[in-house]
Formats: sequence, structure tokens, C-alpha cells
Amino acid sequence: MAQLTAPKIVSSRSEFADSHTMTRHLATGGYSALKKALAMHPEQVAAEVDAASLLGRGGAGFPAGRKWSMLRKAPTAYLVVNGDESEPATFKDHYLVEREPHQLVEGVTIAAYALQVNQAFIYLRGEFALGLERVQQALNDAYDHGALGQNIFGSGFSLDIVVHPGAGAYVCGEETSLIEALEGKRGFPRIKPPYFPAAIGLYGEPTVVNNVETMSNLPWIINNGGAAFAALGEGRSTGTRLFALSGRVKNPGVYEVEMVKNTFRDLIFDPAFGGGIVGDKALKAFVPGGVSAPWFGPDDLDTPLGQDEVAAKASMLGSGSVVVMDEDTCVVRAAWRITKFFSRESCGQCTPCREGSGWLERIMYRLEHGGGRREDLDLLLDLCDNIAPGLSWPPQQTTICVLGPSIPSSIHSALTNFRDDFIAHVDHNGCPHD
Amino acid sequence: MSHFRPDIRQRAEELVALYPQRRSAMLPLLHLAQEQDGYLSPEGMAEVAELTGTTPADVQGTATFYDMFHLEPVGKYVVGICTNIACLLAGGEELLEHATSTLGCAVGATSADGLFTLEETECLADCNIAPCVQVNHRYARTTTPEAFDALVADLRAGKRGEEIPEHGTLIRVKRNGGLRVPASQIASEREAARAARAARTEEAK
Repeated sequence: MAQLTAPKIVSSRSEFADSHTMTRHLATGGYSALKKALAMHPEQVAAEVDAASLLGRGGAGFPAGRKWSMLRKAPTAYLVVNGDESEPATFKDHYLVEREPHQLVEGVTIAAYALQVNQAFIYLRGEFALGLERVQQALNDAYDHGALGQNIFGSGFSLDIVVHPGAGAYVCGEETSLIEALEGKRGFPRIKPPYFPAAIGLYGEPTVVNNVETMSNLPWIINNGGAAFAALGEGRSTGTRLFALSGRVKNPGVYEVEMVKNTFRDLIFDPAFGGGIVGDKALKAFVPGGVSAPWFGPDDLDTPLGQDEVAAKASMLGSGSVVVMDEDTCVVRAAWRITKFFSRESCGQCTPCREGSGWLERIMYRLEHGGGRREDLDLLLDLCDNIAPGLSWPPQQTTICVLGPSIPSSIHSALTNFRDDFIAHVDHNGCPHD
Repeated sequence: MSHFRPDIRQRAEELVALYPQRRSAMLPLLHLAQEQDGYLSPEGMAEVAELTGTTPADVQGTATFYDMFHLEPVGKYVVGICTNIACLLAGGEELLEHATSTLGCAVGATSADGLFTLEETECLADCNIAPCVQVNHRYARTTTPEAFDALVADLRAGKRGEEIPEHGTLIRVKRNGGLRVPASQIASEREAARAARAARTEEAK
């Protein structure tokens, strides 16, 4: 049974059609958290976020508080918010920027105060035309309201926020690549170390990069206390999280769910969430956390929606996107399309990713569309192993960023669990489903 | 002599002023150039180079990295249909195939009347209403062939102009003024904050 007792933390205004307006934001407690935070010392604000144990909501799940603490010694130069949401089937930040832009602006301002940063950037993918408009409108309203700009609410703290449009490149969700794009360059991920922009970030200065959903949690955490947030969920996975559910389910959508207390079975089948599979078909497989993650099958349905719980089963909760495939789904086609995506989005800096993704895509294409060979199955695994040696999870890395090691997940999952489907494609000289 | 119209030129200069380094305005400026010309013309990119303190070659080399920038003229309406995983499972490939016949052009091509360019896109982050269709980067939310055809008929008839503006991601993104916090003040505020914090740390001891 789904656990529905937790409060809505980031989607509390979802019932209001005008949730994106300043009027609605103020009528529902908006900017009270910012006022409260500004009356505290910056380190007290950071301590609340530490107490909340808020894990970053972008995909890697790094504790936000620890990211911030790397900067306590150095004076932070910039805060950058990552709204380049492009992981296939992930659409939670899309919801937050269009429906809750003031919550985002308030969260960013709280974070900037805690970090003592005076300029912040909100990077949104360019395809979010309406999101860009709404976030800019929220910034305009916040300036007019005294919640942004000079001497915010008379506190002596000043902040400018600039919304920055991306222009269509998945790799820019990688934080060093995003910084390159924000510097006006091609979005090539930077060579590590340094591993964190906290050391060398925007314009070479110390920089914190946090995800849109991470920032959107801050107003609630300040209003209710980090301990109240940490009381939700279990273990390292505290609070609630937005899950983007799509594919062959009756009710696809964005759902705010308490971490760990609910399982994938709840999310996919409970009437409060997915409501089951279209046509009441059987489940074949599902993507548990973005297409970079290894797939789960029916046996994994009772895995709790928690970071460590999913990691224990050799996959990841990642970006919080769950894609459901039913018994009629052609897994070869699904894995081919995901591979085509990575091939198209590889930035081209590293050979295993650039060449490997294209090669894998061509093999998957011929299996699906005709011309596949029996020896292709071993060749696929061999290539995957060259990109991410050992094919373990978390993967070994042969490339500058994690786009490369994300490529093998879908092929490896499909081939391991549904080898007969691949053989049928070879024998049929193309997709038997067509 | 500016290639940009006076209003675009003014917005461009306002954008440059928002960043500590002017090259940072590259992507927003390219969106503006595309808003004026419908694509990135050599003249538009040359002006972006002047505004960002780079060269036209550098601008072009940057622009080609990003999918949303067109180096050749495109139709008045760029129709993007997603076929990535969630849309694939909802018939995205079939809708894309249908669109080629409705629009009378292949994927990646522009219709003879210059009205439509059809693109197969990667995930557009609207996967609960699949397959996802965007026109000039506005979500059309037409998931069936019938709904898609009705949308195209509307666009041909010149309707939906309010909902789907012409090229330009930032066409309705209007900032109400420049930066409010001057660099000199940032330095003094940081210094004051550091001193206050040091005093608190001292007091705690």
C-alpha cells in the first residue's frame, strides 16, 4: 500500500492553476521562508540544510549540504542552478519551473544567502520556452517585491539572479559542461580533477551547482526545520521526491512521493500514482531512474524508492524518472532508441563514447531493422565492456564525464534479461513485432 | 552598421551587461539572432562575435554544438516530434511518419511553401503527454494524428499566433532592468560578511 501521509514539499500548490504567480505564492506562505532565513546567520541556514540531509535531486544524489561545505573555507563566487533537464523521460524540473517558479527563486535566494553569494544563474534548457518566461517573470516580481536585488527585505544582503537559456545539448546537464555553456562555449565537460566546481568553477572561481528540485526544497526546510525534513523517508534518503512516471502506465505524470516508504510497485500500480499498466498487460521491464540506469524487472517491484535501496540492486534512482515497458514492448527497439540518443548527444571528446555509441547504435539498428548477426550479441557486450570495463554498477569510467559509462546500461540490461528476444531478431532478420 | 534591428540590438546589449564576462551572453545572443532572421545568418553571427568579443568562426563553432540553432534557413514553424523512449512507447515513430505526409516533407527538411520544417527530436521533458510535439519550442500536446492534422490546419490558416510565436526562444522573456548589485558592492558585502562571521567564530570560542 502506498504511504500518502507525507506533506507535499515541492508540489504543494499543484491544485492551483495560477501556482506560478506572485499572488498565489504570497497567498500560500511564499517568501516567509526567505524572511526567516535572512533573520538567521548564513551558517545557521546551512546547518538546517545539513540537518535535512538533503540529497541532490539532479541524478548523482550528492548531499547538498556537503557540496556547500566545500566552500566554507573559500569565499564562494557563484551559485548556478541546473535546470538543463534532458535525461530521457525526466520531466520533474519542467513541472517545477513552469508551475512553481517563485518557489525556485525563493530557494535560490535562500541558498545564495547561506553561501554568501551575490550573483546566481538559473540555467534552463532552451526548449523550456514557457519555463524561461515564467522564471523571468518570477524574478521581475521578486525584484519589485524587495525579495531580490539590493538589501533584500532590509537584511543588508543583496543578490542578482540571471536566467540563462541553453540551446539543446543533453551533455550540458553535466555540471562542468553547463559551466562551459554558461561561459559561452561549446558544452564540453571539463577534465577531472578537480572533481567539483567548488574548486574551479565559473570563470575559474569557486562555484556551487545545484539542481532545480534541490533548490525548490529549501523554502519548506527553512520553514519547518531540517529535522522535520529528515524525519520523512528513511536512512540516507530523506524527505520526498518528485518521480516522473511515463511509458505504458494508465496515469503517467509527476508525483511527489515520500522516499523509501513507497516502492516501485506503489508508484506504478497504486491508483494514487500510475494506476497500473495500460490494458492491464503484464510488466516486462522498467527503467528505475533515467535511461542511464540499468533496467529493473518484475522481481524488483518491491524495491523501495530510496537511493541506497536501488543502488543495492545495482541500479540507480538517478533523475527520478521511471519508464514502464509492458509485455508487448520490443526491448531491442527500446534499447536501440536509447543508444541512438546517446550516440547523438555524445560531445565527441572521448573515443570510447564517441565511437562506441555510434558503433553500438549501428549494430542495434541492424538487429531491429534487418541484417543482424548471431555474433552481434557478443560484439555488443564486448563494446559495452570497452566503454565501461567490467560492466559493473556503478560503472568503471573510461571517459571525461559519465555520459560514456551510461551508454551500455540499456543494451546490457536488455541482452542479459531478454537474450531470446535478440536471437528472435536475428532469426527473423528484423523485428518480429513489426 | 548593425545587422540587428534597433530593438534587437538594444536587447542584445542589455543581455551582455548581465554577465561578468561578455562571452557568457553567447547563447542568449544567438537566440536573439535567430529570432530576427529565423536562422543564424553570417551577418547575425558576425554581430554576435562583435558583441561577445570573439570571432565569427568562434561563434559558428559554438553554435554548431547546439541543436536549437539553425545554420540554414528553416520554415516559419519548426515542428519537433520526439521519438525517445517514453514517446517511442506511445507511438512517436508512427506520428513522425504521419507528419511527413501531412507536412509534405521528409524529416529534417522544409516544406515547399517554406512554412514547416520537420525535426525528430530527443526527449523534450513532457513525457506524460506522449508522443511529445513542439512547434517553435512551444508544447503543442497533439498526441494523435487527428489532433496533429488539426494543429497543422490551424497553423496554415494563420491561427494560433498568440500561442505559438515565430522563432525566438526569448521572444517573451523580458527582464525588467539590469543588474541591481554593482561589483564594488559585492566586494564590500562579502568583506563585511566575512568579518561578521569571524567575529561569531571568535565569540563562540
